Amino acid sequence: MAEKMSRKPYHREVPKAGWVFDHPRYMRYMAREFTCLFIGGYTLLLVIGIGRLAAGRADYEAFLEALASPPSIVFHVLALGFAIYHSVTWFNLTPKALPVQIGEDFMPDKVIAGAHYAVWALLSVGILFLSGAF
Amino acid sequence: MNEREIELEVLRYDPEVDEKPRFQRYTVPCKSDWVVLDALNHVKAQQDPTLSYRWSCHMAVCGSCGMMVNGEPKLACKAFLRNYTGVIRVEPLAHFPIERDLVTVIDDFMDKLKRVRPYLIPKEEKSIEAGEYRQTPAELKKYKQYTQCINCMLCYAACPEYGLIPKFIGPAAITLAHRYNQDSRDGGREQRQEEIATSEGVWECSFAGACSEVCPEHVDPASALQQVKIESTIDWYRDHLMPWLKK
Repeated sequence: MAEKMSRKPYHREVPKAGWVFDHPRYMRYMAREFTCLFIGGYTLLLVIGIGRLAAGRADYEAFLEALASPPSIVFHVLALGFAIYHSVTWFNLTPKALPVQIGEDFMPDKVIAGAHYAVWALLSVGILFLSGAF
Repeated sequence: MNEREIELEVLRYDPEVDEKPRFQRYTVPCKSDWVVLDALNHVKAQQDPTLSYRWSCHMAVCGSCGMMVNGEPKLACKAFLRNYTGVIRVEPLAHFPIERDLVTVIDDFMDKLKRVRPYLIPKEEKSIEAGEYRQTPAELKKYKQYTQCINCMLCYAACPEYGLIPKFIGPAAITLAHRYNQDSRDGGREQRQEEIATSEGVWECSFAGACSEVCPEHVDPASALQQVKIESTIDWYRDHLMPWLKK
């Protein structure tokens, strides 16, 4: 039957790069993905720091001095902002991936996302404690 | 009831004449409680009987009238005209080939739906005399949300991954697989995993979340896909780190 019908379906191309700008929700999604670059960048910086520390006192102190430079401070402020955006957007999505059913009902989304924020706060306090901030 | 005139800009494509789609304008007198589908029905009845589109129930149950309204995947029967100003642009669902006018070719989705076996595969076959497969209210609630899918394909039109990588099995089909996997009476998970725990299955999803934003039945397909990812990851670790647990 299908072979006898004259069909000429029209295929619309999705632009390989421009699709991101087709809808605000795509841009929000790419913003979340994009922020991971800063998290990756900051991780690299930490690795370099460990390398400098291993290289000796003079190298490490030069590294610390470089960290205090204005471009470095700008990078840190940006990286912090993007890391917070990244973490918040992902934490708010955790209830979708990790539903917890107790009896018949599901635990409210706020509790599941809230637990992630609580662990985040606890770990941050723990790290600050170990670093001698208190 | 208040009447007003609206301008509809509808994508038209006649495969026997047109090389590519074109827009056609219609001015439609409409009532305040009309939806886009009412306006299309008015055009077809009063102005242009050649206009083609799918619809059936007019009550967001059948899932036939999915289309792009001002660039957003919508059920035409649920898109109230009073929520729009200016010219309303109506196009066929994105990411699907156009058969004619607002009618899309949905064979790809139908094939994918079939592949994921979206039906109950009982854990153990019982004779009719042995009675029904029983389930507690909690067991029902575990998957009930995912039974609300009406196969309208709005999620496929919204999903950027499906647009770029059409082999992706996609939100609705994987969600339905998850719905049956979560069912206490079902024993077909292993068969479905062969389809969905693959690179063109759930691992093509990057959690843009667009599917859940446009779903008219609040099924939240994105949640189902993330849960499938977690369960498939657990499977992998179990198979590779604790192979003795394998049956």
